[in-house]
Amino acid sequence: MSENLLNKVWNKHKIKTLPTGQDQLFISLHLIHEVTSPQAFGMIREKGLKVLYPERTFGTVDHIIPTDDRSRPFKDKLAEQMIQAIENNTKENGIAFFGPDSDSQGIVHIMGPELGLTQPGLTIACGDSHTSTHGAFGAIAFGIGTSQIRDILATQTMALSRPKVRRINLTGSLKPGVTAKDVILRIIAELGVNGGIGYAYEFGGSVVDNMTMEERMTMCNMSIEGGARVGYVNPDGTTFAYLKGRRYAPADFEKAVAEWKELASGPDADYDDVYTIKGEDIEPMITWGINPGQAIGIARPIPRPQDLPEDQRKTAEQAYDFMDFEPGEPMIGKKIDVAFIGSCTNGRISDLREAARVVKGKKAAPSVHAFVVPGSRSVSDQAIEEGLDKIFTEAGFEWREPGCSMCLAMNPDKLKGREISASSSNRNFIGRQGCPTGRTLLMSPAMVAAAAVEGKICDIRTFSQE
Amino acid sequence: MKEIGKVTGQAVPVRGDDIDTDRIIPARFMKCLTFDGLGEYAFYDVRFDVNGDKKDHPLNEEVYQGSNILVSNRNFGCGSSREHAPWALYGIGIRAVVAESFAEIFAGNCNSLGMPAVILSHEECGELQDLLEKDPAAAVELDMEKSVLTAGNKTYTFTMPETYRKALVSGQWDTTALLLDSLGAIGMKNEELPRFTPA
Repeated sequence: MSENLLNKVWNKHKIKTLPTGQDQLFISLHLIHEVTSPQAFGMIREKGLKVLYPERTFGTVDHIIPTDDRSRPFKDKLAEQMIQAIENNTKENGIAFFGPDSDSQGIVHIMGPELGLTQPGLTIACGDSHTSTHGAFGAIAFGIGTSQIRDILATQTMALSRPKVRRINLTGSLKPGVTAKDVILRIIAELGVNGGIGYAYEFGGSVVDNMTMEERMTMCNMSIEGGARVGYVNPDGTTFAYLKGRRYAPADFEKAVAEWKELASGPDADYDDVYTIKGEDIEPMITWGINPGQAIGIARPIPRPQDLPEDQRKTAEQAYDFMDFEPGEPMIGKKIDVAFIGSCTNGRISDLREAARVVKGKKAAPSVHAFVVPGSRSVSDQAIEEGLDKIFTEAGFEWREPGCSMCLAMNPDKLKGREISASSSNRNFIGRQGCPTGRTLLMSPAMVAAAAVEGKICDIRTFSQE
Repeated sequence: MKEIGKVTGQAVPVRGDDIDTDRIIPARFMKCLTFDGLGEYAFYDVRFDVNGDKKDHPLNEEVYQGSNILVSNRNFGCGSSREHAPWALYGIGIRAVVAESFAEIFAGNCNSLGMPAVILSHEECGELQDLLEKDPAAAVELDMEKSVLTAGNKTYTFTMPETYRKALVSGQWDTTALLLDSLGAIGMKNEELPRFTPA
């Protein structure tokens, strides 16, 4: 038996065991954004501390920034204040900042990989639960609270307990119409929204070997929705090819690759648990409820209470009630009001290409408010170069500026009343998309695009054949 | 740093599995530069309707006003990493949370505030919630040294990660000072690990 990647990376970054029993872990890369960092800078100021290694922290704006009118000051005064706070905090402390006008601005989990900051073997922390995204590169990456941002700013370390590792084997191959989003929704539906508590998920097997980096990012992104704070993929040729030539990629790239290869879990690596899913069994997925685990294959009926394990029935009852859906009825045919393509889960160029392929030459249903929010400035630039923005606008979609937008709706993009949104984002919690009564259905970007065209939920496998 | 030995007071039952951080504090209330005043928005959308009128919720009930312990169920605090969530609870006077399980980031954030997040079994949480619904004024105490929760004449042994419990009882839950002790070793690690230079 040999060490898995998590243990190798952990050991490389461990400073010591603290008196409380937690490990003091060095954080190689720290990413910050405008919502969870201002209080942390306030705390270190109050304690009379300074940022220890400003060159290991990088900032951008994503959560609050408007995706339509970007002229300053922003119409929302609080948004303006928060963005000014991160502008000042990064400037005062000598931290690299990719602000609203930067050609690298974007959702922090899209920006890091694009710049080549996200690399195998790093520990990466950010005050955002979807930091698990960066695990796609074989980094150990996790979301943290603001007090831990404070700790990392002041000491470049944090107190943490080592998680157990569950290897998730995805064998065989995926069928047409099935995406990385469907894979992760299936994993969460099987293992539960709390199934990963205490674990890091290591994703592997032929399905993962054949995924692009963008697909791996989508999958790792939603580890946290399964309760696993960390999700990762072992670095391989696909990883190295993605990183080569990026702005912050190591200067001696070949040397770095040799080191990265050493970190990957070997075939005889030791795990605390192993779980296997056959790729062929995975269908395009959709959520019907109020947490990401309440998901089914698109052609299946909404589960009836008696079909569910007893401990899931109470939440299911709440979900039927809130969504106003009946157990046993199909999801196909459900009318939608909003179609949102974007987020750190599915706001990358490949997601936009997939969605554009679906809508090309078609029109969004007149009853649907459809919009595309690229995950970063460079995704946006690339999409415009390929003419994707035109495909979307000609189909009646709005084309927006990069940000988190209606994934969490801290900016002006919000659902209204009882609207139903087909969304490529990651959470369908009650109120998540900015309105306490609004409803969210999670699915792949291609399925969102198809739903926008039809005005209702449809099966991407039959839609593509039309 | 203050040692958290005991939390004594009254408890409010907030039933439900998978109560997420968006429910504890909706994202629209996170537009703020400090954590002050977040209590006003704790559980906002389940406590108030769109007109701002009170809905049926234990936190709105007169009998639970002044409660400092909250009792929920499985996977409490799932979702976002927002420390705003425990701060919102802190803002309404909560000083300890009891549940069947906690989302990891949330549990860590509670500890950063010196707020114990302790675990009882499914049956015990249910029994405790029943008890609190029958007798809202029941005296509740968490003894962090002994890992014992008493409510009325009932006694339960709770669990929580030992590292968190130790940090709370020894007053080392504000980790910055603890971490600063190793500046020498941190400096060496910083030299040894790759840094980021733009091409």
